[in-house]
Amino acid sequence: MTVNICLEQITKTYYGTETPVKALRGVSLVLDKPEMVAIMGPSGSGKSTLMNILGCLDKPDGGSYSFADYDVMKMSRDQLAYLRNRRIGFVFQNFNLLARTSALENVCLPLNYAGVSNREAEKRAHEMLGLVGLAGREQHRSTQMSGGQQQRVAIARALINQPDLLLADEPTGALDTQTSADIMNLLQKLNREQALSIVIVTHEPEIALYCDRIIRLRDGLIISEETAPAAAAGGKEENV
Amino acid sequence: MNLRMIFRTAWRSLSVNKMRSVLTALGIIIGVASVILMVALSQGATAGITERIAANGTNVLVIRAAGGMGALRGAGGSALTAEDVKAISALPYVKEIAPEAETNVTATAGSLTWSTTVDGTTPAAQAIKGWKMSEGGFFTEEDVDNAAMVAVVGSTVAESLFPDNKNIVGSVINLNGLTFTVIGLLPAQGAGGMGGDQDNMIYIPLTTAQQRLLGGNEIRMITVQASQQESLAFLQDLITTTLRQQHRLAEDAEDDFRIMDMAQLLSTIEDTTRILSLLLGGIAAVSLIVGGIGVMNIMLVSVTERTREIGIRMAVGATSQDIQTQFLIESALLCVIGGLVGTLLGGGLAALFGRLSGWNMQMPLWSAGLAIVFSTLVGLIFGYYPARRAAEADPIEALRYE
Repeated sequence: MTVNICLEQITKTYYGTETPVKALRGVSLVLDKPEMVAIMGPSGSGKSTLMNILGCLDKPDGGSYSFADYDVMKMSRDQLAYLRNRRIGFVFQNFNLLARTSALENVCLPLNYAGVSNREAEKRAHEMLGLVGLAGREQHRSTQMSGGQQQRVAIARALINQPDLLLADEPTGALDTQTSADIMNLLQKLNREQALSIVIVTHEPEIALYCDRIIRLRDGLIISEETAPAAAAGGKEENV
Repeated sequence: MNLRMIFRTAWRSLSVNKMRSVLTALGIIIGVASVILMVALSQGATAGITERIAANGTNVLVIRAAGGMGALRGAGGSALTAEDVKAISALPYVKEIAPEAETNVTATAGSLTWSTTVDGTTPAAQAIKGWKMSEGGFFTEEDVDNAAMVAVVGSTVAESLFPDNKNIVGSVINLNGLTFTVIGLLPAQGAGGMGGDQDNMIYIPLTTAQQRLLGGNEIRMITVQASQQESLAFLQDLITTTLRQQHRLAEDAEDDFRIMDMAQLLSTIEDTTRILSLLLGGIAAVSLIVGGIGVMNIMLVSVTERTREIGIRMAVGATSQDIQTQFLIESALLCVIGGLVGTLLGGGLAALFGRLSGWNMQMPLWSAGLAIVFSTLVGLIFGYYPARRAAEADPIEALRYE
């Protein structure tokens, strides 16, 4: 289920109260095979903006963005919501699970908005929680789970609608080294087994080493793009 | 998102801040309860009055001397006479006719004294008003012809003069110093209503009243019962013509009597109490609106507090419409629950109040329905702006919100 995701000469300027901030000044990016891409760069380089645009949370000012057959530039707010619901999954640094809500219900959330029946949604959420290694913890709430477990719930939620693209914004930023490695291995496994495109924003080189491609941003422009050794070596250890 | 999920989500959000939800709902509860209570009060009052009038029959006309309430009575004397009564009774459609002459007296029995009203009338009055005696009987035509010294007492009079409630029939009472024998006791007609206590009355034969108490052949009032409701208007015209002839009034002279149509009076009273109902209901509705403002306030706070949640929902695909619906349902649910509790509370208070005060309270089903519909509307109207604010949130900023 490989789709063509193509960004060309994307620009985005934020007009605050002070001088306008040119967050992106012409970024082009193509994802045409299920690969893991790391986006790196110092803060203010535009990586979060790029992530938001990729995830259809925000619309660029200029350039073109096509997601499969959709011309994102021409889509309405509700159409973008539809795209986020069916084709894109998000994983955040701080997990962003709903408070006072069970793991199962959190995972069901995108299906609720997709109009899937409750019974069907719960059945699929069960399976998905099993896939991320949380079988038996369906009724746990976020306060009853470790950071790693919470991130697994978030990953299950991101994957429940079988998206084409998984976007992870500093997915291991709040986790310890061992848990980070577990989460990255899980993402890598999903990438390989489910033919899923994954884009990870990170500033940790070790995390980027799990990826097939590393894109570096600075001041709203791509300054380097390299094929990471992970693709060739298939492991992290050799590159540390 | 299906409706069940929306309601489940709304219920959970409301139960997170229980105290806050209860306090907010309290505004609605008090508003709805006061609407229910006010409606029960005014409906009860209306029903009480109309019931009493209806009990006397709506096919009844009451004729009084013009200004008979005061001015003319002294100046021109009574405008109604026994001849008038005779002339009217000869008219078609007249079923019963009861002339009446009232005066205030001091009644004594044994050592007890009581101020009351004596009404001199004929047995027709009993037929028109449909009185069933609780003890003894009413006086007869013969008693009227003989100006017999007999009296039928109302229940208030009986209670005041005969507190031990024994052997009332057959006892003797003094009215302005004249001795009467009690021959009958009327049952209680019910308290309140306009025109004072209907049970604080003593009925004696018309002739006795005229000769012994009033000194003259004055008739203050004539009650006419028509044989059928439909002929009432026609009968009223007939009586007018007859009385004008009787009183030899010139073509351009005004009537020196007034005819009151009970059906007309009833509808006037109903109109009046309906306006009263609306007024009371309106005042109560204001408190419901104040409650609605409280709901809006809390919903705005809730939207701000849950900005992050809104962001998460939008990120996983909720449309603006989804978010708006969620918050609207939440405020509507709060108000519907408030409306239900308020209806029960208002109904309970009305029942309690009715029992304590002895007032007639009536809680029509429509008032409960109206209260609940109205509180739902309050929820939707005052929830709209906060819901709109939530729906218009920018997903990126909402996600970043701390």
